[in-house]
Amino acid sequence: MKIGVVTFPGTLDDRDAARAVRYAGSEAIELWHDDADLKGVDAVILPGGFSYGDYLRCGAISRFSPVMEPLIAAAKGGMPLLGICNGFQVLAEAHLIPGALTRNQHLHFLCTDQKIRIENNTTAWTSSFSEGQELVIPLKNGEGSYQCDDETLKMLEGEGRIIARYVGENPNGSRNLIAGISNERGNIVGLMPHPEHAVDALTGPGTDGLGFFTSVLKTMVSGGMK
Amino acid sequence: MSLDTVAKAIANPDTPQPFAELGLKADEYASIKEILGRRPTSSELAMYSVMWSEHCSYKSSKVHLKQFGEKAVKTDALLVGIGENAGVVDVGQGYAVTFKIESHNHPSFIEPYQGAATGVGGIVRDILTMGARPIAVMDPLRFGPADAADTRRVLPGIVAGVGGYGNCLGLPNIGGEVVFDETYLGNPLVNALCVGVMKHSDIKLAKAAGAGNLVVLYGAKTGGDGIGGVSVLASETFESKGPAKRPAVQVGDPFVEKVLIECSLEIFAEDLVVGIQDLGGAGLSCATSELASGGSGGMKVQLDKVPLRDPSLSPEEILMSESQERMCAIVEPSKIDRFLEICKKWDVTSTVIGEVTDGNHLEITFNGELIVDVPPRTVAHDGPVYNRPLAKPDYIDLVAKEVINPPLPSTAAEIKEAILKIAATPNLADKSWVTDQYDRYVQGNTIQSQPDDSGMVRIDEKTHLGVAVATDANANWSYLNPYEGAKLALAEAARNIATAGAKPLAVTNCLNFGSPEDPGVMWQFAESVRGLADGCLEMGLPVTGGNVSFYNQTGTVAILPTPVIGVLGVIEDVRTRTPMSFKEAGLELFLLGATDENLSGSEWAYIHGMRGGIAPTADLQREMRLIDLLVAGNKSALFTAAHDLSQGGLAISLIEMVLRHNVGATIAIDDVGNSLVSETPGRVVVAVQAEKSGELETLAAQHSIPVAKIGTTGGDALVINDAAISLSELRTAHTETFKKLFG
Amino acid sequence: MATIVVDVMLKPEILDPQGKAVASALPRLGFSFATDVRQGKRFEITVEGEPTAAQLAEVEIAAEKLLSNPVIENFTVRVEK
Repeated sequence: MKIGVVTFPGTLDDRDAARAVRYAGSEAIELWHDDADLKGVDAVILPGGFSYGDYLRCGAISRFSPVMEPLIAAAKGGMPLLGICNGFQVLAEAHLIPGALTRNQHLHFLCTDQKIRIENNTTAWTSSFSEGQELVIPLKNGEGSYQCDDETLKMLEGEGRIIARYVGENPNGSRNLIAGISNERGNIVGLMPHPEHAVDALTGPGTDGLGFFTSVLKTMVSGGMK
Repeated sequence: MSLDTVAKAIANPDTPQPFAELGLKADEYASIKEILGRRPTSSELAMYSVMWSEHCSYKSSKVHLKQFGEKAVKTDALLVGIGENAGVVDVGQGYAVTFKIESHNHPSFIEPYQGAATGVGGIVRDILTMGARPIAVMDPLRFGPADAADTRRVLPGIVAGVGGYGNCLGLPNIGGEVVFDETYLGNPLVNALCVGVMKHSDIKLAKAAGAGNLVVLYGAKTGGDGIGGVSVLASETFESKGPAKRPAVQVGDPFVEKVLIECSLEIFAEDLVVGIQDLGGAGLSCATSELASGGSGGMKVQLDKVPLRDPSLSPEEILMSESQERMCAIVEPSKIDRFLEICKKWDVTSTVIGEVTDGNHLEITFNGELIVDVPPRTVAHDGPVYNRPLAKPDYIDLVAKEVINPPLPSTAAEIKEAILKIAATPNLADKSWVTDQYDRYVQGNTIQSQPDDSGMVRIDEKTHLGVAVATDANANWSYLNPYEGAKLALAEAARNIATAGAKPLAVTNCLNFGSPEDPGVMWQFAESVRGLADGCLEMGLPVTGGNVSFYNQTGTVAILPTPVIGVLGVIEDVRTRTPMSFKEAGLELFLLGATDENLSGSEWAYIHGMRGGIAPTADLQREMRLIDLLVAGNKSALFTAAHDLSQGGLAISLIEMVLRHNVGATIAIDDVGNSLVSETPGRVVVAVQAEKSGELETLAAQHSIPVAKIGTTGGDALVINDAAISLSELRTAHTETFKKLFG
Repeated sequence: MATIVVDVMLKPEILDPQGKAVASALPRLGFSFATDVRQGKRFEITVEGEPTAAQLAEVEIAAEKLLSNPVIENFTVRVEK
């Protein structure tokens, strides 16, 4: 199974995402922002970081990169796509998922071991988890507050498209404690916390993050998203 | 405005020049005229003024710092020593690690965010310049009193700047310090450390070798940042009216530096550079003169080729500009196309601005006219060397007579009150408010970070080889006895490495002092350097490089002498490191090392307004035996946990251990008051399985280190003799302080 | 040469923590005039000669596509005199 990991100028967690992909048993393929070539991968991860220095708005410039054109087409056709942190911001700017990520309410960058709860385990990236399962995943960002209008929120809640929620105190002011959402089909997921930093107890709070990367394997093996 | 060329300088020898406004003394100006055999052009004057400033030339410290070379222990592990951008040590398995610490104090007082941010940017570039991939940063920070208005002004900005720049570069912050003291009011200390790793074959040096090779400037465009920042800011003290020198502050862009790092590493991997230098203090003046000095001897530069952000800059300003995120590489003509191609891939501006020559001339032209023609060594290395007068200050003997006898807790109520006070006092309180603003996870190799005794990163994912780094200073002890203070800080940093099981290997240092024109301060400096040099020789640890920051004072009041010592160590397998604290009940807690009753310079004495006394005398032989014990115990998996004792003594070490994983402890100790607050050096608390206590006692005896059982782990309280403090009450006291102070 | 100015502000219903922080800081400096503060962005776009209607229309599109995030921001376009 080949999973592409995209590097934009300023991307930081690409190596970590690739490591997590390998730990989960797949092959990580490097994808360059300037190359409109998905190299035949089965799924793609947009990793965390500060692509283009967060100029203009986080992810606002990355979303126009050459690699995004084939990526958007493939994702709309059902290919699994995971946007982590800055990747989530790119997905939102590219309108692949609704809403927007804004400045943390308390205005500070926050790096913490965050408890989240999996609300929807039917997406391409969460099928390894059980519904309601609680995980501890590092959260590290300055612009992680998920915002959308009331209509969108109603829709997301109603359709079960909130795939993960923060447990306990709201770390950044996200509406309804939203930590991650998916598109209608469930193949595109945006997630604010960093599962790639929770794949080895030696370097992270535990291995709770591995499930995101094994999920997509399961999904591919069982024939992809319907 | 007409150009002041070399021809003009020869034709008009008596033109008055503003050397004093640029920070040069009259005798220094006379020296320059002697070197050149004529008056300098205004560009040359600008170059000499920045390069001969205290910050760049180390003119007041050189005579003392050469002890690091003279008293250096001979070791094969040192691959690159003092003199280059950073020192490099061999850590085994073909890896070399480079690390260095630098200061950015004055700019951070003026503009906290940018001052701190560019401080991080600068030290990271120094590491990159050695050919290494930067892998971690640390930030020892020192501020005025926690509740001072100016601390509230500078601290949030500095922390945001360190985080903002470091996080954006993708460098985990693996530790640092936050210290509050009246002495730093008006003179906050922002020291930044960076660690990098590479293979031995990747080491790059700052030399322009090979006549005909090209000089390439790449990175950000040049603007008016920090013009004269170096000579104007760091070489003179502040007037008491406060921050007014605004135009000279540099502004950083971490995205540009991140791209610069990736671009440079690709260039290094293809072996495309002969020499490389980053542009930091003194910008182009420094890079060109240092590269030329280090190589064939000469260089020709066309200054008008420098890509500008601000086209109105004069040649003098271009030479003095400290615009960030710029590097200067020496590239063979056969490799230049590939070099420029890689820069294009990363969208990094790159321009050939000159070439290396033989001989002894650094020649700079501007639109065809020669505006600089100097012997590069005279600019970069042969600057003035001062043997500033030193005199032991009167205060030393006066404060030594002070009796340091703060009240000590003895009853249960007093013990509880003292514990809660120590947990909450700003210097010892929980620092998460600060450290949660730093990314500690990026790169996925962080094994230890705040609040552990040392930062630790894995450098090989297969073999699990790792390095540990710790920084320490004790300004209280340095104030009482600068010679011992430096040795004690060295010992503490080395001990912090050893508690995790790593073996100390090399030293860096950031020496923060007041004005060198004050003989008392100069004496403190000389004594500190002597102490550090002697200590490093005795401990067998080479000094790989470092930084001196003078003029940390407002008016005539200097800061307490604050030499910050950084120690780097190696651990064969990070998976076997000894953690700081325990997760289980039923373990036995032991105190390694003897405790005496000297409270001079301790946090407890400070809380009670007592700052005098006599500093402890460092016993480095004993410290080394303790380090050997800790490393040996780690190798045989004897310790379940080990935590160093320093400021705050046994009290804060116990508080930190029980709160780390929320497992309490029951402690029984004699002379409880002194035992809790004493800061006798050379002590560590260890937790071992009950059945291993005999092994511990044997090991301690073998190393002639006293060991005493002090308690057991377990429960939901910290119990000390008959005092019990619940973990929840303790946690509240420990974690509320910063929230209350900074929001 | 002329300057087209695009002002981008968060939509009124979106929480503006930066504006809030500024609003809290003003009274600490002794300024009591503000009942609220919102923080936005201003883009100054330089064009050759006088801006045409077609150019302004293009700026509107650029503002919608790139300069602002329509999910959470509003913008205005004007020519600076």
